[in-house]
Amino acid sequence: MMNSLIGALESGMIYALMALGVYITFRILDFPDLTVDGSFTTGGAIAAVMITGGVAPWIATIAAFGGGMVAGAITGLLHTKGRINGLLSGIVMMIALYSINMRIMGKPNVSLLGEKTLFSSVSELLLMPFIVIIVKLLLDLFFHTDLGLALRATGDNQRMIRSFGAHTDHTIILGLSLSNGLVALSGGLIAQSSGFADISSGIGMIVIGLASVIIGEAIFGARNVIFATLAVVLGAIVYRFIYALALRIEWIEQTDLKLITAVIVVAALVLPTMQRSRKAKSMAQKRSSEITTGTDHTSLGGEL
Amino acid sequence: MLQLLHVTKLFHPGSPDEKIALVDVNLTLQPGDFVTVIGSNGAGKSTLMNMISGVLRPDVGQIIIDGNDVGHLPEYKRSRWIGRVFQDPMAGTAPHMTIEENLAMAYTRGKGRGLRIGVTSQRRSLFREQLSRLGIGLEDRLRAKVGTLSGGERQALSLLMASFTEPQILLLDEHTAALDPARAELVTQLTQNIVSELKLTTLMVTHNMEQAIRLGNRLIMMDNGRIILDVNEDRKGHLTMEQLLGEFEVISGHKLSDDRVMLG
Repeated sequence: MMNSLIGALESGMIYALMALGVYITFRILDFPDLTVDGSFTTGGAIAAVMITGGVAPWIATIAAFGGGMVAGAITGLLHTKGRINGLLSGIVMMIALYSINMRIMGKPNVSLLGEKTLFSSVSELLLMPFIVIIVKLLLDLFFHTDLGLALRATGDNQRMIRSFGAHTDHTIILGLSLSNGLVALSGGLIAQSSGFADISSGIGMIVIGLASVIIGEAIFGARNVIFATLAVVLGAIVYRFIYALALRIEWIEQTDLKLITAVIVVAALVLPTMQRSRKAKSMAQKRSSEITTGTDHTSLGGEL
Repeated sequence: MLQLLHVTKLFHPGSPDEKIALVDVNLTLQPGDFVTVIGSNGAGKSTLMNMISGVLRPDVGQIIIDGNDVGHLPEYKRSRWIGRVFQDPMAGTAPHMTIEENLAMAYTRGKGRGLRIGVTSQRRSLFREQLSRLGIGLEDRLRAKVGTLSGGERQALSLLMASFTEPQILLLDEHTAALDPARAELVTQLTQNIVSELKLTTLMVTHNMEQAIRLGNRLIMMDNGRIILDVNEDRKGHLTMEQLLGEFEVISGHKLSDDRVMLG
């Protein structure tokens, strides 16, 4: 039991980088990006092939990040310059990446058994907190720069930020690129941690990313970017705990977990909406009765 | 400062829905001019605004700002000369970002955006000082999300964001139309103060006839994609609403038809 929870913590920290990537597209850019399913595998493929080719693991890991950035940038180009619907751009890229990943690996599975990886000398438990915290802090910092503000505004009010001189095509491409870079980085680290890269490792990754983002926000709150990125990291770890616990239930098969993840995402998306409309309705009833019975002495609006 | 030469724009050219939005529009604004624009529905007022700001490009004609031919530049490139306030209070600000973050984005209008921190303590004190000029207490709420402000507050903030970096041209697109009368009046007063203080060259579309006569030093009237009347400073001083409506009917041959026009 303890072992599986430690394992969940380790992989949770690695998947947290992927979840941060999904957070950038899903929450910041308001762009549902399915490239993730492909770029996660791309990261694993690049890292594994380079490491078996004798390249230093940290260079292979950075290369994985770069590969993801390229994939994300292409999705961005398809969407902005090609004017293809966002979901479709991601799906097209995901499919294309399947073939590309196969070309990179040359076979469906590349083993890293006996190879020197980032985690050969330092365990995940020691190394990952540093990587995750550094990435989180760098992201927080970036989102408070002039460029980062323009990126956030692109997801919040495109018309407004265009009128203040930002080229929103560029900010969208940048955001997708950064996002898929992180996803591929996560894929590269997972390959090194689990000792192999697999062509199907990215399947369903977008939903796992969404689940992590949503779980994190629901439990830890997201009142600003700094809290939101923290919530996403913790959400990814909580997701792995749920995953580990679910695996210990006898009648649940490992393949059932994708269904469970999907249910979590649906519940997390539907429940807040229902709650909001219930709240809005009761507020409307309360205010109406206050106004009609004349017990209302307060005006909610100020002078302006 | 701003010059439109023979600007023409068609929507859906060559199709059964073809619509003439602007026909051979010529307009010159001198530095410091504050021009109000009125006209009936579909007269081309909004098209004129979109054409100057770069949302639309002219089919024919030239747009010159401060000596630069900008007719073929996209909106994000023209923004270095232009500040704009939209009609919809939701349109001019980013609701999930804070007041100071919104101001930081306005502050970098038309400049390159790099990896410098957006809200530094130096900028923050500038923002606080600017916000205090609005006189509505926003200077004490720098870290509030803009989405928590009322429509009037958001529109006052939009006005400040569009103007405090002193753009060559300020475009106001019916920016008080969506507010209730009291709030509209406050935003109108703020507009008057800011424009006169910074001597901004301003083009303001309005549905409020009284406002159009009261504000600015020049008034133009549009109909069917043309500028049909241009009232200069001397005449505008003693122009009445009845004269304006009468003149419109004489020139255009029909009554000013706008379900939203407010006479008072």
